[in-house]
Amino acid sequence: MRINLTLNGQRRDDDVEPRILLVHYIREIAGLTGTHVGCESTLCGACTVLMDGKAVKSCTVLAVQAYGNQITTVEGLAQEDKLHPIQEGFWEEHGLQCGYCTPGMMMAAADLLSRNTNPSEPEIRHAIEGNLCRCTGYQHIIKAVQYAAKKMRGADNKSAA
Amino acid sequence: MALIPKFVGERVKRREDPRLITGTATYVDDVRLPGMLSAVVLRSPHAHAKINSIDVEAARKMPGIAAVLTGEDTKDKIGSLPCVAQAEHIPFHPVLAQGKVRYVGEPVVLAVATDPYRAHDALELVEIDYEPLDGVVDPEKALNAEAPLIHEQFGNNLVVRVEVPHPAAEDAIRSADRTIRFRLVNQRLAPMSIEPRGVVAQWHAASQQLTVWSSTQIPHLLRSALAGALRLGENRVRVIAPEVGGGFGCKLNVYREEVLTAYLAVTLNRPVKWIEHRRENFAATTHGRDQITYLEVAVKNDGIVLGIKARFICDMGAYLQLFTPAIPGFSGLMMSGCYKIPAISFSQEMVFTNKMATDAYRGAGRPEAAYITERTMDMVAVELGLDPAEIRRRNFIPKDAFPYTTATGLVYDSGNYGFAFEKALDIIDYKKARADQEAARKRGRLIGIGLASYVELCGMGPSSMLPPGVPGWESSTVRIEPDCKITVLTGISPHGQGQETTFAQMVADALGIDIDDVTVLHGDTAIVQYGVGTFGSRGLALGGTALMMSIGKLQEKLKKIASTMMEAPPDQLTFFNRTIALTNDLDRAIPLQRVVTAAYDYKQPIPGMEPGLDEKSFFEPSGFTFPFGAHVAIVEVDADTGIVKFLRYVAVDDCGRIISPLLVEGQVHGGIAQGIGQALYEEVVYDESGQLLTATLMDYAVPRADMLPHYELANTVTPSPLNPMGVKGVGEAGTIGSTPCVVNAVMDALTPLGIRHIDMPLKPDKIWRAIRDARAGNGA
Repeated sequence: MRINLTLNGQRRDDDVEPRILLVHYIREIAGLTGTHVGCESTLCGACTVLMDGKAVKSCTVLAVQAYGNQITTVEGLAQEDKLHPIQEGFWEEHGLQCGYCTPGMMMAAADLLSRNTNPSEPEIRHAIEGNLCRCTGYQHIIKAVQYAAKKMRGADNKSAA
Repeated sequence: MALIPKFVGERVKRREDPRLITGTATYVDDVRLPGMLSAVVLRSPHAHAKINSIDVEAARKMPGIAAVLTGEDTKDKIGSLPCVAQAEHIPFHPVLAQGKVRYVGEPVVLAVATDPYRAHDALELVEIDYEPLDGVVDPEKALNAEAPLIHEQFGNNLVVRVEVPHPAAEDAIRSADRTIRFRLVNQRLAPMSIEPRGVVAQWHAASQQLTVWSSTQIPHLLRSALAGALRLGENRVRVIAPEVGGGFGCKLNVYREEVLTAYLAVTLNRPVKWIEHRRENFAATTHGRDQITYLEVAVKNDGIVLGIKARFICDMGAYLQLFTPAIPGFSGLMMSGCYKIPAISFSQEMVFTNKMATDAYRGAGRPEAAYITERTMDMVAVELGLDPAEIRRRNFIPKDAFPYTTATGLVYDSGNYGFAFEKALDIIDYKKARADQEAARKRGRLIGIGLASYVELCGMGPSSMLPPGVPGWESSTVRIEPDCKITVLTGISPHGQGQETTFAQMVADALGIDIDDVTVLHGDTAIVQYGVGTFGSRGLALGGTALMMSIGKLQEKLKKIASTMMEAPPDQLTFFNRTIALTNDLDRAIPLQRVVTAAYDYKQPIPGMEPGLDEKSFFEPSGFTFPFGAHVAIVEVDADTGIVKFLRYVAVDDCGRIISPLLVEGQVHGGIAQGIGQALYEEVVYDESGQLLTATLMDYAVPRADMLPHYELANTVTPSPLNPMGVKGVGEAGTIGSTPCVVNAVMDALTPLGIRHIDMPLKPDKIWRAIRDARAGNGA
């Protein structure tokens, strides 16, 4: 099946096996390996990407379901050489150790921050409950998201001024 | 020139992170090689069965299939998977089942194809005639004479029985005011790293070189094992640990799929990749814990513990992986905990069952011991009507007693248990917490305060105390390149622990340079000298000490060279701000670069000294290190649902000197999460027929962000005398303190109802049932 979609701002046109999962499309066909597979059943969140701005588990989306959509993966967070505030936050606050859950975790954070610019700790815990981390115990991830939220609020204030 | 800051002890951003947060790191499934084939494993659906026949002919004929292997094909070609631990009964461990299958998930057939989908399709055509046999999953039942034999040749299901008596144990029980008896279970757990296992192997026939990428914690040990299994010289095998997405001990091993993938790459002369699915990970990656302990605790009425006798029954699974029977030993040896218990005797029966093998999992034997000692303290306190804090105070090893030799023969390096304990009680305001609890109880609320004082054995470890084939030392090369930048080659294999950062901090401070001038390489046996790997909280204590040794050799050499250039004796020189300067007059200095150039250009020969700046060291520790701490939790149990809510969680941990405070916090947080997982949520469950019931993340409850408390951390610092930095290691400590802390908290909440003990995990339905039964018993 022919599908076209926009991946990290670039239009793509591919002929795919109809059953291919979005995560495998991203990893194998588009060659972006930042999105990870941690389970095969929707439960770990390592494969989280944004589809038209909303977090989805790409292991539970068929590539063909993404037809015509905008897909953003971890590779699309940074703008040229400038890290996204979420990436900065994870770096500043030691929000990662082995890094395997991190891309999906950051995309889930991106979804949250697009809806809630000043989330509380319980709100962040709830928003990332679909993303498992085995290394960090989550506390520094929460601080990372709070850092990013603050930075993004600050940037918004500046541009509004 | 701006002053270079000091890095050790400071909050430093990790050097590992840029590649990880941009998604540009390479994990094993990201390795792509031209012509690469995919391997898929067909696993046993039976816990115990004879294999009467396997027909793979139809599978072999499918398009795109390069090979289909069974145990018959590998029988005389590949030897047994290694188990280095000492045990009476070590069965042959085949890479593919031979004659029998012994656990659900055991590899039986392997298909290799141009893509994994074809391999899966081919395996659907494999016909296996299984004859199911009675199996046994309860380790206590497995010891019975009538139990089905898992390895017939042994005549029973015992792996080994270990007895560690103590001459005074019986006397202790005789002279006790009371002997308290109970049974504790450390349930089976799944390490559940978010990245499952995976291997890629590539053979270069013309050069006879094998390269293997594996998500492993032990690249060099794995290289030795693979070379041995495939009868290749170790100098022709290269193992690379790429980015590894978590290990926690389950990747401290040598697995069938690693050997098989390497074997296939050689026989097919094509690169082969095998990536584990999560279901497979639950079934066929090593599990942790799984010990039953019967305890007899001899106490005086004032709470002094006179002695402990323990009988352990340890579930090994059906086959022995690398360290399987070596893990419980730590549990027995650590039973003294933080206390001066004069007599401890124990026996351990390690038993075969029709399950996946157990092996190291974060703490590897020490969490089990801490659970035993800390549950014991609380249960004794309740029995004697004493405050659980007070009973610990009365039994603590005092701070002037170190090095302290326990009743089990371990030598604790340094410790100050009372100090960390009081600090934790201070932070939580223990007196007020108890008063608040009293008031809350009067209003019918089930509030519990849980204490755990733990000590743990790590910095694995003196070579003489580890099994044959596994050294305990660690290695480091430090090289100053001609342009004054530093390359470190470390034999440890970090996978999230952050030594690319901590080691750079240490080198930077030692040589007076910037942290960005240092690159730390690891995980590639072609680049790094033989090392042992990352596990057992050894990275900093052992890898870091080897690093300091190499730095020391370089400092000496640089000072000798500088001394001839500055006409000052080496012992009056120091490294400062990219110079070598007089310690007493930092303005009299020469640029470090000049000294480095002198060592490389060698225009002026230096008598008694070779050119270059490249030093290698191997550090053999003289003992284990013993981090310790105290955790306190306040919880509330909802009587109607059995759900446990955290009100506060305080952890005071002592890992000796702290090099990287941010990373220490991260290790403790992650450890606590896994410890709470054991206390409240996680359990690997096999049904009576040996079917694995917890094979997905729907059934196995790895804690999510909303299932864990906010952690309040603090530290005490009691340096270890066993290495120049005074570090003890902290990777497993959080896991060890948290499990008993949380169980004690929940049980403390339920004490007014007369509930003595509930086994982990303390799931809502268990708690609810216990409350209901207790209330029914009281005529409520």
